[in-house]
Amino acid sequence: MDIDVSVRESRFLPSADLQNLLDVLTEAGYECIGPRVRDGAIVYEPVTRAAELPYGITDSQGPGEYRLRADAGGRCFAWANGPQALKPLLFAPQESLWMVSRDAQGRLAFIPAQTLARPIAVLGVRACDLAALRLQDAHFRDGPRPDPAYGARRDALFLIAVHCTHPAATCFCVSTGDGPHADSGYDLALSEIDEGFLVEAGSVAGGVILRRLPTVEATTRQRETAAGEIEAGARAQQRALPGTDLRDTLFERLEHPRWEEVAQRCLSCTNCTSVCPTCFCYSEHDAPRLDGGESAHYRQWDSCFTIGHSYIHGGAVRGGTRERYRQWLTHKLGGWHDQYGRSGCVGCGRCITWCPVGIDITEETRAICAD
Amino acid sequence: MDAKPLPKSDDGPVTGRPTVAVHKFTSCDGCQLAFLNLGDDLLTLAGLVDIRHFAEAGMVDPEAQVDIAFVEGSITTPDEYERIRRIRASSRFLVALGACATAGGLQALRNLNGLTQEWMAGIYATPAYIRTLETSTAISTHVKVDLELWGCPVNGRQVLGAVRALLFGVLPEREHDKVCLECKRERAVCVMVARGIPCMGPVTLSGCGALCPRFGRDCYACYGPAENANTAALGRRLAGLGLPPEAAAHRFHFINNGAPAFLEAGRRAAEGGFDDG
Repeated sequence: MDIDVSVRESRFLPSADLQNLLDVLTEAGYECIGPRVRDGAIVYEPVTRAAELPYGITDSQGPGEYRLRADAGGRCFAWANGPQALKPLLFAPQESLWMVSRDAQGRLAFIPAQTLARPIAVLGVRACDLAALRLQDAHFRDGPRPDPAYGARRDALFLIAVHCTHPAATCFCVSTGDGPHADSGYDLALSEIDEGFLVEAGSVAGGVILRRLPTVEATTRQRETAAGEIEAGARAQQRALPGTDLRDTLFERLEHPRWEEVAQRCLSCTNCTSVCPTCFCYSEHDAPRLDGGESAHYRQWDSCFTIGHSYIHGGAVRGGTRERYRQWLTHKLGGWHDQYGRSGCVGCGRCITWCPVGIDITEETRAICAD
Repeated sequence: MDAKPLPKSDDGPVTGRPTVAVHKFTSCDGCQLAFLNLGDDLLTLAGLVDIRHFAEAGMVDPEAQVDIAFVEGSITTPDEYERIRRIRASSRFLVALGACATAGGLQALRNLNGLTQEWMAGIYATPAYIRTLETSTAISTHVKVDLELWGCPVNGRQVLGAVRALLFGVLPEREHDKVCLECKRERAVCVMVARGIPCMGPVTLSGCGALCPRFGRDCYACYGPAENANTAALGRRLAGLGLPPEAAAHRFHFINNGAPAFLEAGRRAAEGGFDDG
């Protein structure tokens, strides 16, 4: 597969000046969210000082396993994605949709939730997550019934991509066509090389920020170095899906014995769908105040691995793990083609790493699609 | 606000303020604290219902006829065996509160090996003074239970949710998810994947808000088994993380050993594991 790794129109920002980027974004009114080490993982949380970024840290990942370790290179983006990135910032894990209150005469008043979306700049977004964001946009923002809370947060988002040079053993974005080079969908994109960062603008807003940074023109050698590292990252990927459109193959094999076999190993615990940057299912609930005078109607992340997900009057359609795993995989890699024009998998590999028993979507898909 | 009829009532709607009792059986009292720790909501609750019996809060009328009886604790003595039947007869809606009431509690460990007499001799100076049953059992083993709230201990959100739903005249929404889903909603980092710590979250019922993983420690299954819990797959993973069979058995048998899914899983773990899948 050809990978476009051209690092074009780029400016060079010395390593020591990364703080300027955070300062310029802060002055422009953004809260900066970036990668930080917490509880043994790289997570996305507020960052004000560049020194808070994971300098000299890298990761090793495998099925059901994630570890951080020191990296002699001393860079700050020398790692593959941790458990979450953009999804929780836009599709909130739990949020109120509306309130209902009852006055003294018993009349009900329904009040929609107001979303106060403050401008957020996210630093370090990888190509797989930009691809996932496009799918979340298609679902929550661009459909016939746009989600106002998602849309408000999305409009307030400024994205600083980092072209990925350190894929984990669980990554397979090359096979889905979504990385490791961030082609579009960002405001700024960074390439980290030893002496600093190449910075590209991908939007008007990104150009405005870029012009305020103390950059110089990048040299040809710097651009070639950056492109070479992205290419090397692509070549280092060890996993792949057997195709980008497996829709018909999967739907032909709904009775494949592998579904039952994987159900013996699957915990049906929802970790895969929770870390998946494209999974969008939620459930809705009510939280009445004790005196009964007011109630909040809220939604929270759900998963096709719960019994509630397929519950209709009288019982659940998908009572067992075989049916739930099959629903997940055939929807992700099959049904999404009908709904959104492409597979729902962007190759980030999170479902492999964060599955407590290490079930590998590429291995299961190969087994089901073989013969 | 007027109370609505309680669900599953066999003898007509409730009139006036619903009456409530909180009863204690063999337990640590921790689940009753879910009421006492409610803060302002406890005052609101006292205005909504008439609390007839709640010894820990000072109201004592154990034989009171009530609309809702909350029952904490397990049945471990001949006296308790009789008393739970009287409470059932004098309450319209009976809620089992916490792990002791729903699964027999930690103290149901004595059911596993038939060594109750030996343990008593080993623990008490004069075991002859103790009149106890051979087993510790859940409330539902003895009487019809209308609603179970799992947890060790239960929390205020569960208790208030149940009370509010019953006052509305409906059954409360039941938790059915696994702790992992709450853990991810809370954006906690998985202790099993990131640190290799054996965790019971993948088989454990939600409701706690992933309290332990949020503080960097493993779930110890105090909310009992979730639906569709693949204890065999988790058992194999615990072994893979280096947990010896005895220790894995203890993880399943710790708090909710009386829950059938954990009872069976603990036995399989102790017998050498889940290799037959």
